[in-house]
Amino acid sequence: MSKFKKKTSTSQNIPTASLPDIIFMLLFFFMVTTVLRETNLLVRQRIPEATQLQKLEKKSLISYIYIGKPMETDKYGTEPRIQVNDVLVQPRDLLLFVTQEKDKLPEVQRDQLTMSMKVDEEAKMGIVTDVQLELRNASQRKIMYATTQEVEQAF
Amino acid sequence: MARSKGRASVEINSSSMADIAFLLLIFFLMTTTIATDRGLMLQLPPKPDDIPQEDVKIPERNLFKIYLNSSDRLLVENEPMSNLSSLKPQIKEFVLNKGRNPELSDSPEEAIISFKTDRGTTYERYIEVLDVVTTAYNEMYAERAGVTPERFRKLDRKDPQDKALYDKARKNFPKNISFAEPTNIGG
Repeated sequence: MSKFKKKTSTSQNIPTASLPDIIFMLLFFFMVTTVLRETNLLVRQRIPEATQLQKLEKKSLISYIYIGKPMETDKYGTEPRIQVNDVLVQPRDLLLFVTQEKDKLPEVQRDQLTMSMKVDEEAKMGIVTDVQLELRNASQRKIMYATTQEVEQAF
Repeated sequence: MARSKGRASVEINSSSMADIAFLLLIFFLMTTTIATDRGLMLQLPPKPDDIPQEDVKIPERNLFKIYLNSSDRLLVENEPMSNLSSLKPQIKEFVLNKGRNPELSDSPEEAIISFKTDRGTTYERYIEVLDVVTTAYNEMYAERAGVTPERFRKLDRKDPQDKALYDKARKNFPKNISFAEPTNIGG
């Protein structure tokens, strides 16, 4: 039976020398793509899906308005609320918010500001139109409904 | 040739490197939010006070009425529609009519999609319908520019060649979507 004797000369170890390299590669990918969240979300966000998305190029020209059911329902109730910059606000406060956001930009870019509305899919249109009316009053006419990409259906 | 007999390992033990890298990796994995600045762009009408209070009479034929009620049901041109997939061909037919059918629009320039919602309509449904309208328009634009709809959407307006294509598609072909004040039934 010596014919089938195992060769013992081969090493049994898997070389793991390249493992750090692989991990570093992943690490760098995530380090580059990561955006540390600047606001603490107080409202629930499940963004709806759509197919016809457009991409906004300049991140500095975007401000966000979050709408959704508050996370702490015992404190803020279950009705969808508006959040800007870490606080829940009423629609009438948005005028001030838009002015503040515009003041942060250089004068030439102020009319290029886009409001990104991140609205929970369960929110009702009532609150969305209230917000839109306030934005119109603030002459902030460029808006975007933030959505995620849906797999295109064959209609 | 002198050869070292002992063959002592001179490598630095790097097995903990993977652990350190993993730790960092997990941290960035947890904190990452891949930029999601994408969505449906929209231009709101000007301030309510700035709009002149004249009654502009728009002929019925140039209006394509979409109404979403508080229970998310769809009424298109005064007829209930249960299946969203038939909305897109209807919009295209309406816009591209160019005066042939007296019930449909005079020209793409004058065609207006009137989109009305209720305060109780869910946002999800609203986006769904808005997306269909946008799809219809994007496909018509793509056809005018002679490119695929996917290509049209990705046109970069800073690039002169793309800008020419974009302008060709948009010329005399505005995307008129009118958002009517919502009704207040299911608030």
